[in-house]
Amino acid sequence: MAKAVVTVVGKDKPGIIASVAQTLAAHDVNILDVSQTIMSDIFTMSMLVNLANLDETFNGLQDDLNALGQQLHVEIHTQREEIFDAMRRV
Amino acid sequence: METTQITETINMVAEEHLDIRTVTMGISLLDTVAGTPAATAKNIYDKITTYAKDLVAVAQQIEREFGIPITNKRISVTPIALIAGKATPDEMLLYAHALDDAAKTVGVDFIGGYSALVQKGFANGDLALIKSLPRALTETDLVMSSVNIGSSKAGINLDAVKLMGETIKAITDKSDTANAKLVVFANAVEDNPFMAGAFHGVTEADVVINVGVSGPGVVKRALEKVKGEPIHIVAETVKKTAFKITRVGQMVGALAAERLGVEFGIVDLSLAPTPARGDSVAEVLEEIGLEMVGTHGTTAALMLLNDAVKKGGVMASQRVGGLSGAFIPVSEDAGMIDAVEAGILSLAKLEAMTAVCSVGLDMIAVPGNTSATTIAAMIADEAAIGVQNNKTTAVRVLPTNGTKVGDMVDYGGLLGTAPVMPVVPKSSADFINRGGHIPAPIHSFKN
Repeated sequence: MAKAVVTVVGKDKPGIIASVAQTLAAHDVNILDVSQTIMSDIFTMSMLVNLANLDETFNGLQDDLNALGQQLHVEIHTQREEIFDAMRRV
Repeated sequence: METTQITETINMVAEEHLDIRTVTMGISLLDTVAGTPAATAKNIYDKITTYAKDLVAVAQQIEREFGIPITNKRISVTPIALIAGKATPDEMLLYAHALDDAAKTVGVDFIGGYSALVQKGFANGDLALIKSLPRALTETDLVMSSVNIGSSKAGINLDAVKLMGETIKAITDKSDTANAKLVVFANAVEDNPFMAGAFHGVTEADVVINVGVSGPGVVKRALEKVKGEPIHIVAETVKKTAFKITRVGQMVGALAAERLGVEFGIVDLSLAPTPARGDSVAEVLEEIGLEMVGTHGTTAALMLLNDAVKKGGVMASQRVGGLSGAFIPVSEDAGMIDAVEAGILSLAKLEAMTAVCSVGLDMIAVPGNTSATTIAAMIADEAAIGVQNNKTTAVRVLPTNGTKVGDMVDYGGLLGTAPVMPVVPKSSADFINRGGHIPAPIHSFKN
C-alpha cells in the first residue's frame, strides 16, 4: 500500500484541519494517522495517508494541497512515506 | 512514525541544504563505433538520446514525490578517446558536438566522458582528444572532460603532465572559464557521478544509474549538538549523519534505476559544497574546532571527516563507489573562499589536505601569468600524492589571463567564485621538460 506523509506548518487559525481533510477526501485519500501540536502559536501537523492509486493521483493531490497552503498561508509538504523510513531502516 | 523524525527529515532539506547532488546515467559507447567519425558521432547521439530520453522527467517526478531536490541530472559516457580510433583532432570535435547536442536534447545539466586515460602512454585517440580540448571545451556548453595521467600501478606519465599544463594554458587563451570543465586525474575511478570527472568505465554495464548525495550543512548542524565533546564523538556523529544521507541516495538511486529500466550502479556519498552559506565543508571543519580552515589541525580534522563519511555511508548503501568522502573545491565553498581571502588557507595547505580528502586541488584560481610548466608541476605533485598513497587525486587549477593575486573570478552557478591565489615564483621547467615516465611506486616497505 502506497502511503504519504502530509505535513502542515504555519500560524494557527480555525479550519486548517478541516480544509486539509476536505482536500484529501476529494482525492479519495484516506487518513490513517494524525499528530498535531501548537507551539507558541505555530500550528504543526503530520498526517499519514493512504494513496491507493498513487500514480494517477499524486501530482494532482500535491498541486491541490500546495494551492490550499498558499490560500491558508501555511506550508504544506506532501511526500511519500519511504523517504522518512529510508533514513532509519537498513 | 514519530513527528520528530518527520520534522528532522524536512529540516534537513529545507534548512540544511540536503540534496541529491546528481543522478548520473552512465552509458557505454563501445557499440557506437562505425566506419567514419561522422557515422560514429551519429550513433553516439542516437544512443544517448534513446537511453536518457526520460532521465530528466523521471528525476523530476522523484523530486516531487519525495520532496528531495535532485540538483543536477547528468550523463557520463565511455572515455571518448577509446571510441576515437584514427580520428584527427579536428574530427574529434564531431564527437564533442554530438555529446553536447545529445545533452541539450535530453535536457541534462552536464555530460562527462570527453576523456582520455594516458597513465602509461598515448594512443592516437588520446593525443587527438587532448589536442582538441581548447576548441572542444570552448565550442560546446555542457561537455566535461577529464584526463588520467597517473595510477598506482602505472606510475606517472610526465609527458602527459607536461602536455596537460600546456593544454590548460591554451584553453585559458580562448576562454576565462572553460578550464573549469577539465580535470586532470591520478587513479581516476570509473563510476564517479560527479563533474567534471565523470566518465563511464569500460568495465561498467551498458547503462547504469549512479547517484551522488551531498549534505555538508546536515553534518554541520549535527556537530553543533556535540560541541566540546571528545573527538571520537565527532567521528561517531559524522558517521551516523552520513548513514542517513546515504540512505536517501540509495532509495532515490534504486527507484530511478527501476523507473528507467536500467541497472542501479553506485551511491557516491560525497560532502560536496555549494557556494551557498551553510552548505560548506570548511564550516564543518571549523565546527570541529578550527578558528578558520587552513590553520594547524585542518589536515587532521579533514582526515577524520573524510573517513567517517565513508564509514557511515558504506553500511547505508548496497554498493558504494565513485569518490565518496569530502570535496574541498575552493570556488564552490563559501568558508574556503573566506579563508583564502583572509590569507589563512594557502595552496601548500590545500595540497596537504588533498592527501586525506576524497579528491584533490579543485577549482583553484591562479594568476594568468602562471607558466604551463608550473601548472604541470602542480599536477605532478598531486599525482604523486595519489599514486604513492593509492587514492584518487585531481587537479582543476584555473589560470585566467589578466588576473593577479587577490582578484576574484566568477565561474557561474554551482562552480562559484574563486579568489586568485599566489603560486611559488620559482621555475619547475627543467623538471617537467625532462618528460618521460615516473615509475610506479613499490607497494611494500611502506613507511
